[in-house]
Amino acid sequence: MNKARRNPVNIAAAHGILILYTLIALFPVFVILINSFKTRKAIFRDPLALPDAESFSLIGYQTVLKQGDFFLYFQNSMIVTVASLFFVLLFGAMAAFALAEYRFKGNTLMGLYLALGIMIPIRIGTVAILEMMVSSGLVNTLTALILVYTAQGLPLAVFILSEFMRQVSDDLKNAGRIDGLSEYTIFFRLVLPLVKPAMATVAVFNMIPIWNDLWFPLILAPAEETKTLTLGSQVFIGQFVTDWNAVLSALSMAILPVMILYVIFSRQLIRGITSGAVK
Amino acid sequence: MTALVLRNICKSFGKVEVLKHIDLTVEDGEFVVFVGPSGCGKSTLLRVIAGLEDATDGTVEISGKPVNDVPPAKRGIAMVFQSYALYPHLTVHDNMALALKQEKQPKAQIEARVAEASRMLELGDLLERRPAELSGGQRQRVAIGRAIVREPQLFLFDEPLSNLDAALRMNTRIEIAALHRALKASIIYVTHDQTEAMTLADKIVVLRDGVVEQVGSPMDLYNNPANQFVAGFLGAPSMNFLAAEAVGGTSGQTLGIRPEHLRITDTGPLSGSVTHVEWLGGDTNVLVEAGEAGRITVRAFGQYDIEVGAPVALDFDAAQSFHFDADGARIRG
Repeated sequence: MNKARRNPVNIAAAHGILILYTLIALFPVFVILINSFKTRKAIFRDPLALPDAESFSLIGYQTVLKQGDFFLYFQNSMIVTVASLFFVLLFGAMAAFALAEYRFKGNTLMGLYLALGIMIPIRIGTVAILEMMVSSGLVNTLTALILVYTAQGLPLAVFILSEFMRQVSDDLKNAGRIDGLSEYTIFFRLVLPLVKPAMATVAVFNMIPIWNDLWFPLILAPAEETKTLTLGSQVFIGQFVTDWNAVLSALSMAILPVMILYVIFSRQLIRGITSGAVK
Repeated sequence: MTALVLRNICKSFGKVEVLKHIDLTVEDGEFVVFVGPSGCGKSTLLRVIAGLEDATDGTVEISGKPVNDVPPAKRGIAMVFQSYALYPHLTVHDNMALALKQEKQPKAQIEARVAEASRMLELGDLLERRPAELSGGQRQRVAIGRAIVREPQLFLFDEPLSNLDAALRMNTRIEIAALHRALKASIIYVTHDQTEAMTLADKIVVLRDGVVEQVGSPMDLYNNPANQFVAGFLGAPSMNFLAAEAVGGTSGQTLGIRPEHLRITDTGPLSGSVTHVEWLGGDTNVLVEAGEAGRITVRAFGQYDIEVGAPVALDFDAAQSFHFDADGARIRG
C-alpha cells in the first residue's frame, strides 16, 4: 500500500482484529501444548499456568510412547491422509478437466451430479458403506478408509477445480494440441501446474477433516494394526478414568504433521505461476 | 498447388449457425487475411481449418489432401495465438523445440531449425529465458518462432498483434510481411483491424455473420466493394453513407463517399457546419453536420485552419461515389 493511502487508525484496527482472531484460534492449541508438559495434579490445579520446574513432567509422552503402538497409528494416519489426498486431487482434477474442457451431452447435469455430494454428508450412508466393506472384505484395512475419504473429498474438489480449469487459457491448450501433445500431456504438463493454487486449497480443505476423523476409523477399521492416530488416542479416554497427560501429549504430537503438510500446501497457495503464460 | 481448399464449410453450436456454407481457396504462398467485426465467425473458421473445431458440414483440404479426420498436429499447420500461449514451464528454446520433439525429429535437425528461427527473429539472447521473463513483443516473436520451426504448409495467425501497443504493432506487422516474403509460405491471418488486413494481405476475405461478403485483393475491395458492409468496413476513417435524396439522387438509395474523396469548397452539393476537427499532421479530419445528409467526415490532406462552427460546403466526384440499394447491395452503373 502506498503512503498516501495509509491511515494509521485503519492499520491499527486491522492488525488488532487479526491479532485478536489469531489469539482466539491459537489459544486451545496453546493450552493443549502447555498442559501436555505438566504433571496430572498441575493440570487440574491451574490449567492455564505455564509448566515450571515443579510441575514440569514428560509422563504423558512416556505413556503415549510406551502404551499402544503410537508410531503405527501415526503411520496409518499418514498413509490414509496422503493417499486419500492424492486420489482426491488426481480424480477430482481429471473430472474437473473433462467437465471444463469438453462439450458433451449432459455436461451440466454431470457437473451438478458430482457436486451433489457437497450437500449430502457421507456419514448418512455409514451403514450401507459398512455393509459394502464387509461384503467386499475390506473391513479393518486402510484401503476402506482411503476409499471412503476419496469419495468424501471428490465433490468439493471437482466443484472448485472445474471453476479454475475454465480459467486456463484455451489458446494454451490448443497450442499444445497443434504441437502434437496428447490430452494427458496437456492435462498434466500444461493445465495442472496452472491450477496448483486451487489444488492446494482443495488439499488443505480435505486434509484436516481426514486427519481428525474418528467416525470412520472407529466403524470401518478399529483393529489394532489399522488404528489411526485419533482413534489410537481414544484408549486414554476411559468411561471412568481419563489419562489427561497421555491424551494431551498424543494430541500435541498429532498436530505436528498437519502443520507440516499445511506449510507445504500454503506456500503453493500464495505462489502464482500463471504470469507469463498468457498476457 | 493449392494450400487450402474449403468446400461448403458449415459450423453450428447447438442451434446457432456460426459459419454458413463457406467456400474458399488459398493458393500456395498466398497471404490471406480474414477480416470482419467480432462475432463474425473468422476465428471459428480458423479453428476449423486448424482442426481444433469440427466442421458440422463440408470438407477442408490442405495441400490437396482432405484433413477432416486428421488431428491438428498432423495437418501440416502451425498456429500463432492472440495470447501467445507459450508454455510457461519451458524456456524459449524448449518452447520452440517441443513440437519437433513430439514429431521425433533428429536432435541435430531440431537444433538447426531452432537456431535458424531464433536468428530470423533475433531471439538468440533469449533462448534460455522463460516466457515470464519476456516482454510482450518478445513473447510474440517466440510464438512466431514456434510456428516457423515446424516448417508447416500453412501458417495460421489468430489476431497476433492485438495485445501489442501501437508502435510495436506496426513493427511486428512489417516483420510478419518480411517473414512472408522470406519464407514464401501460405499464411492465413485473422484480424478485426482493417489496417492490418489492407497492409498485409494478398487477398482479403471479408466475413459477416458467418458469411463471406467479398474476396479480393485489398485495392479491389477498396475501389470496388460488393456491398455497403464491405465499403464501410475497409478504409479509415470509414466511408460516409448518406441518403441519396440529400444530393438529388433516387429515393431509398444510399450514397457512399470515402472521406478522402470529399473536398471542402465554397459551393457544393452538400453544406453544413463544422462540429469537430482532428489535426493529425499529415492530414486533417473534419466532421461536418450537413443537415439532412447527417454527419459527414472529410479527410483533407495537409494542414488546414478550420474553426469549429464555421459553415462549409462539400463537393465530390460522382465517379468516386458508390450507390447502394435499401438492402445494402451495390448498384453499379
